[in-house]
Amino acid sequence: MSAVTELERPDAADRENWDGGANTGHPVRPGELDLSHNVILYLDDISVSFDGFRALNKLSLTIDAGELRCIIGPNGAGKTTMMDVITGKTRPDSGKAYFGQTLDLTRMTEPQIAHAGIGRKFQKPTIFEHHTAFENLELAMKADKRVRRSLFAALSDDERDRIAEVLRRIRLDREADRLAGLLSHGQKQWLEIGMLLMQEPRLLLLDEPVAGMTDDETERTAELFVSLAGSHSLMVVEHDMAFVEALGGKVTVLCEGSVLAEGDLATVQADPRVIEVYLGR
Amino acid sequence: MEPAMNRLLLRLVLFCAALACLAGPARAALDPALLAGFHGDFSSRVAAIEALGVAGGDDARRVLAALEEGNLGVVGERVLIVDGDTVRDAATGEAAEVAAADVDLITVNNRVRRALSAAHAALSLLAGERGERLAAAQNLSENASETLLPLFERALAAEKDEAVRGVLTRAMAKVNLGAANPAKRLQAAEALGESSDPAVKNMLAVLLQKNGDTWAEPDIAVRTAAEASIAAIDRRVATAQHIGTVFSGLSLGSILLLAALGLAITYGVMGIINMAHGELLMVGAYATFMVQTLFRSYLPGWLDWYVVAAIPVAFFAAALVGVAMERLVLRHLYGRPLESLLATWGLSLVLIQAMRIIVGPQNVELANPSWMSGGIELAAGVVLPWNRIVIIGFAVFVLVLIWLTMQKTRLGMFVRAVTQNRPMAGCVGVPTARVDTLAFAIGAGIAGLGGLALSQIANVGPAMGQGYIVDSFMVVVLGGVGQLAGAVWAALGLGIVSKFLEGWAGAVIAKILVLVFIIVFIQKRPQGIFALKGRFADS
Amino acid sequence: MRTPFTVRLIQSMPRGGWIALAIFALVAWVGIPFAHLALPESHPLHVSAYTVSLLGKILCYMVVAVAMDLIWGYAGILSLGHGLFFALGGYAFGMYLMRQIGRDGSYGADLPDFMVFLDWKELPWYWGGSDSFAWALFLAVAAPGLIAFVFGYFAFRSRIKGVYFSIITQALTYAAMLLFFRNETGFGGNNGFTDFKRILGYAITSPEMRTLLFALSALLLMACLVLGRYLVTSRFGRVLAAIRDAESRVMFIGYNPLHYKLFMWTLSAMLCGLAGALYVPQVGIINPSEMSPANSIEIAVWVAVGGRGTLVGAVLGAGIVNLLKSWATVSFPEYWPFFLGFLFIAVTLYLPDGVVGLWRKLRAGRKAAPVAEQPLHTPPPGSTTDPLPEGATAPQHAAPATAAKGAAA
Repeated sequence: MSAVTELERPDAADRENWDGGANTGHPVRPGELDLSHNVILYLDDISVSFDGFRALNKLSLTIDAGELRCIIGPNGAGKTTMMDVITGKTRPDSGKAYFGQTLDLTRMTEPQIAHAGIGRKFQKPTIFEHHTAFENLELAMKADKRVRRSLFAALSDDERDRIAEVLRRIRLDREADRLAGLLSHGQKQWLEIGMLLMQEPRLLLLDEPVAGMTDDETERTAELFVSLAGSHSLMVVEHDMAFVEALGGKVTVLCEGSVLAEGDLATVQADPRVIEVYLGR
Repeated sequence: MEPAMNRLLLRLVLFCAALACLAGPARAALDPALLAGFHGDFSSRVAAIEALGVAGGDDARRVLAALEEGNLGVVGERVLIVDGDTVRDAATGEAAEVAAADVDLITVNNRVRRALSAAHAALSLLAGERGERLAAAQNLSENASETLLPLFERALAAEKDEAVRGVLTRAMAKVNLGAANPAKRLQAAEALGESSDPAVKNMLAVLLQKNGDTWAEPDIAVRTAAEASIAAIDRRVATAQHIGTVFSGLSLGSILLLAALGLAITYGVMGIINMAHGELLMVGAYATFMVQTLFRSYLPGWLDWYVVAAIPVAFFAAALVGVAMERLVLRHLYGRPLESLLATWGLSLVLIQAMRIIVGPQNVELANPSWMSGGIELAAGVVLPWNRIVIIGFAVFVLVLIWLTMQKTRLGMFVRAVTQNRPMAGCVGVPTARVDTLAFAIGAGIAGLGGLALSQIANVGPAMGQGYIVDSFMVVVLGGVGQLAGAVWAALGLGIVSKFLEGWAGAVIAKILVLVFIIVFIQKRPQGIFALKGRFADS
Repeated sequence: MRTPFTVRLIQSMPRGGWIALAIFALVAWVGIPFAHLALPESHPLHVSAYTVSLLGKILCYMVVAVAMDLIWGYAGILSLGHGLFFALGGYAFGMYLMRQIGRDGSYGADLPDFMVFLDWKELPWYWGGSDSFAWALFLAVAAPGLIAFVFGYFAFRSRIKGVYFSIITQALTYAAMLLFFRNETGFGGNNGFTDFKRILGYAITSPEMRTLLFALSALLLMACLVLGRYLVTSRFGRVLAAIRDAESRVMFIGYNPLHYKLFMWTLSAMLCGLAGALYVPQVGIINPSEMSPANSIEIAVWVAVGGRGTLVGAVLGAGIVNLLKSWATVSFPEYWPFFLGFLFIAVTLYLPDGVVGLWRKLRAGRKAAPVAEQPLHTPPPGSTTDPLPEGATAPQHAAPATAAKGAAA
């Protein structure tokens, strides 16, 4: 045991390493999420282009702490690219992206961003197919994720309980020891959401979370998201209007890489420009 | 002192005579004064030969030819040519009343022979074809002395060809460097700056040597000019060497390109790394060897053209092996790139061993056709060999052919479609399996052509492909997958960079440096030179 | 309550595994030494010097195979340059062995023979300390470790994956081979190191030393297996396998794949170095051909033959191929390359999970047995070298099918 506790002591140099990219220019509590202005995500004037194609065109968007925001928009509107920018996968050509007041997302790596509290669910469910559902959640669990710790990590009873709780919540408690690759499509979606929950993120990015789900599953997903709002901030990209309606939050319409309209669903649906984009031509 | 003075005098007399010949209209007979030297000792004979060369004309030629054949002799004061039983006067060509046996023939020793060749050169300088004149000018400029100056001047006046003029001007300058007149020396030192010959540079450097307090060249202006000229020569030599290096880089790049093009196609289309690709080179080279053997036995008259006949043979031999490989093994490995590495490595072991057993483990001998040997001399010591020039041209030819196939034919369109999106191509009716086989056959065939090219400049043996496989993979890595343009730039770049590094640090260190360079480069551009950007380039 | 570390270490291996290890230890530490040293040569159970050296050599190969399997089978990174790390370990220890020759070389000089031959007057700086046994052992681990670390850091940082990584490792070992072939590099050029006399003052060819080296090789192998087993069952191992299957997902849940891969990669190289250090005194020679790309790729085939993703498979594969090789290269050397080549092809085409997979399949045919270790013949989803661009509209992966195949095997 003594060997373990010795290794648990956080090493100053390594902490620095994890948070190093985040604290540039903001000496106030480096690496911590600062919600003093009640804004959790702040995108300003972001542009991304691939070989002349403009995926994002001066996109500006803010999400408040605890908000549940739906993003809709036709194919190619830039929804996935926007998520790539937020999670550090794609670097914007210009513009600013901040998590809270202080964390500059454009200068952080993917793991750093995940560590700071942004969780992402992909459009296509990506889970670890050769691991069991339980192990998937264990890997996602909020913990010290450095190599040294993982070498000697063992689950405490508390942690087991938390995994069990999430398994119940995503209704996979009976599939805990099955290989994730053997789950149904809907179950995989849920498992991925469960992994997000294990991460305890402050902001969840969900890319078409109910694609391939039955109506029943969709309904339960909506309930889960609504219950998460408030304590978490959510950004949901979805095409399913019934689902968007069930979530009930503010809706942002993206088109050709920038925000076309914003407001509640009814207002947005009545907006002539939105109708034009969806129905026109 | 006495004899030396005498010789000098004699020379002067001879020169006056020679000049008189040059100045006057053509005449039937030689000035007897020109021939007087043949009575003296060897030194005076040499002087006489030189004078004859400078004088030129058919008569002089005739006398020299006789001397060369050992038919020139003297009797008393007369110089005679023995022609069988008849004896003629050397100056006039008229028969002389002297018995052949009485003529005291002039023996030809080495010194005389040297003088003769110079005289011949002098003669052809004035009258020969362009090539002869150039060779003569070069020959003469090597042992130029003041005696030749008038000849040079005369030749220069008549000469139209730039190359010959250049040689002549430099040769004169060389002589003038030793002149007593500083103005002449200065002019010469400046003129020598036109040369690209390291020997000329040494000559100039002698002027700049300091012996105690005295300079070898007393005049400061001449020294300055010499310094400037040395710098110019250095620049020119360096340029020539750079061109030579770039050229050998290009030829290495062409080979790499031929090897890598096939690899890029098969990897792009099937996502399979073919470790046996080097053995396809080997198959192509052996096919070339086979064609050469057949030509030797059955068409010896056409032997020079066996390389051309080998082009289709090498292509189809390698393509056939490629198709067999694809059908039997690779087809089952789609989507498993790492395993395909192992399986194709196994294939390469089998192919190498098979060739060892069938043909034998020793290298086989391939001869360059005569039209591919030799080369263009760029400067002293820098030669661009013809075989490499042909290979560069050949690579360009193959490249154009592939480009046309890929861009202008239906098959090319299919190959591009499968490269980009296999399932989608399948859905719209592209026969993907057949496209795979054909693409693989083309890739393998190009490797065979690479082997053919390689056989002209490198050893051909069963394991020859192994040495190129790592390099051609580097080209694919550097150029980016499925990118024809990327492969071209990467191959040429790698070839040239390696050659420069080789010149600077040796072959092994160069290889290591290139590898380090590639690793560093991939840090910056993981997708290669021509990276596809955007969300579809994910990997 | 967290389970104590030692308990977890013991639990990481099933009971059958420990029993097998114990039997192996008994044979390697008691049986073979007894049969070699105590039994007279005429005795039918006597083990000859040749056999002991051969087995010791194969044990070293098995360690390399385990190291290879840890990085390839579990982390999905195929190295075609592991021969380099093995050879570096061998060279590091070989330097010590060369110094131990002392003045018994053919020139009777203080310097190793090849340096005298090159007319060198003193040892190059990097030979400093090579007369110390401890330093040699340290170097045998540190040199491959350092090179692997630096190379891996740059390669993984720029996210070089799949075949690209494999090819670059191959180029690395190829370049190193060229470097070591040079006389000026200071490692004996073409001929490398040979004619060793002593270790720690004891004759290297004595039966006792031979047995000791063999027993040490067995110890190293067992240590590797225990360590490897612990690693792959720890959370570290699960993260590693997760990186193999879906690297981007791992990043988005907050792990830095670079550190994980780098750790495993460096550790794997260090194990190879140790194996090389034990290998050289047993075979009595080390030269640059150990670094040839062919040798490295053969290591991968041992693992593939045995069954990657299972440690026992790696051990079995190294054993089978090398026993076959030592028999075939004597009996029909002409045809061995054919055999090896066809083995490469046959294993990848027909035995993607190696002999372990085959055995499992046969056993599963009789009774549906639970699978202890997951065979890995299915490519990870979104495999990096997938030629198809992974676009938004790309068809769904046939994940359930492949996973089901994996589980059924």
